[in-house]
Amino acid sequence: MAEHEAVTGGPTSVEYIQHHLHNLSIGEGFWTLHLDTFFFALGLAVLLGWAAKKVGDNLDPDNPTGLQSFFEVMFEFVEQQVKDAFVGYNPLIAPLGFTLFVWILLMNAMDLLPVDLLPYLAALVGIHYLKVVPTANLDTPLALAGSIFALIIFFNIKIKGGLGFIKMFLFHPFPAGNVIVKILLIPVNILMTTIEELAKPVSMGLRLFGNMFAGELIFVLIALLPWWIQFVPGGLWAIFHILIITLQAFIFMLLTIVYLSIAHQSMDEEH
Amino acid sequence: MSITITLFGQILTFIVLVWFIQKFLWGPITEMMEARSKRIADGLAASERGKHELELAEQRSAERLREAKQDASDIIVAANKRSNEIIEDAKEQGRVEGQRQIEVAVSEIEQEVNRIKEDLRRQFVNLTLATAEKILEREVDATAHDEFLNKMLKKL
Repeated sequence: MAEHEAVTGGPTSVEYIQHHLHNLSIGEGFWTLHLDTFFFALGLAVLLGWAAKKVGDNLDPDNPTGLQSFFEVMFEFVEQQVKDAFVGYNPLIAPLGFTLFVWILLMNAMDLLPVDLLPYLAALVGIHYLKVVPTANLDTPLALAGSIFALIIFFNIKIKGGLGFIKMFLFHPFPAGNVIVKILLIPVNILMTTIEELAKPVSMGLRLFGNMFAGELIFVLIALLPWWIQFVPGGLWAIFHILIITLQAFIFMLLTIVYLSIAHQSMDEEH
Repeated sequence: MSITITLFGQILTFIVLVWFIQKFLWGPITEMMEARSKRIADGLAASERGKHELELAEQRSAERLREAKQDASDIIVAANKRSNEIIEDAKEQGRVEGQRQIEVAVSEIEQEVNRIKEDLRRQFVNLTLATAEKILEREVDATAHDEFLNKMLKKL
């Protein structure tokens, strides 16, 4: 389609790409609401919630349905990750990890739909901008990572206590025996720990965003090729992308478990 | 590309979704899988117990069988003994009965012999008397000579 339009005086390649990277949004500046991102994320969340409710209400230990078997496999998988990586006990971690994994996987999987399909259909009903993949919008990964960050701080304070949390900033990562050295190290420690803590959500969010944004961009670039050659790079990239979307969802879940596990350890256990 | 209010919308969605999953999927599925693994463990334990009981029952039945065989052979031995006894008794009874019948026959024969002897004697006396009458040409008075006749009979 892209090439077609380019030939017939439609949008140029640059315009086509920019069009694809433009969100359907209302509002200005910070108060912009990306309707497409929000809509697809919410839609997939509702889909997941509906499936979860359906399976949860009709649990049959003897004759599991296909969907129940799928959830059981995911359950065991996440449970195993939590068992391996999470020290201590917190009933929130496993469902949290499960939700992250499946939801991110679903949102990432939107990337596998033909890159022009949904925007084209939307254009037919008068919506001119549509960016389908929620995780390729900076807001979604940062929202998830920010929530995890809030949980990390919450559990840090809950487990270590307010004083322990402050101590973590003052005497970590460079401990010292001498009181003077300790005081001297305090500014460095505050800086280092702050960077360390902030790096967690930022790296998590940006990693997911970067991967998905780049993946989508490559799909858009492939769509610029002549129609008769698109299936080769498109097919290869789509197959490879299956790995990426799964891996990114998995990494996000695993890092959540690991970071929360670290947050659950008191200071003495860390060394 | 900048951070917008969408971020907070997504956070809200995320929080609701996690809560929902935990409430409607995670809780039930955890319970169900625990119940299932417990049931499997129970089933395995029950089958183990069943196997053990089967072994015990086999032992008991073998024991019973052995006892029954023992009893049967005991009974056969006792029956043989008893039948021998019965045969011996019958033989003894037969012998005694035969002896008795022989004795009865012997005594009957003796009686007969005696009776015949008596008969013969009487006939002989009568014959002798008849002969004597012929010789004396007169009748011997039986009453008159009764004492004499009896003496004669005794002597014969």
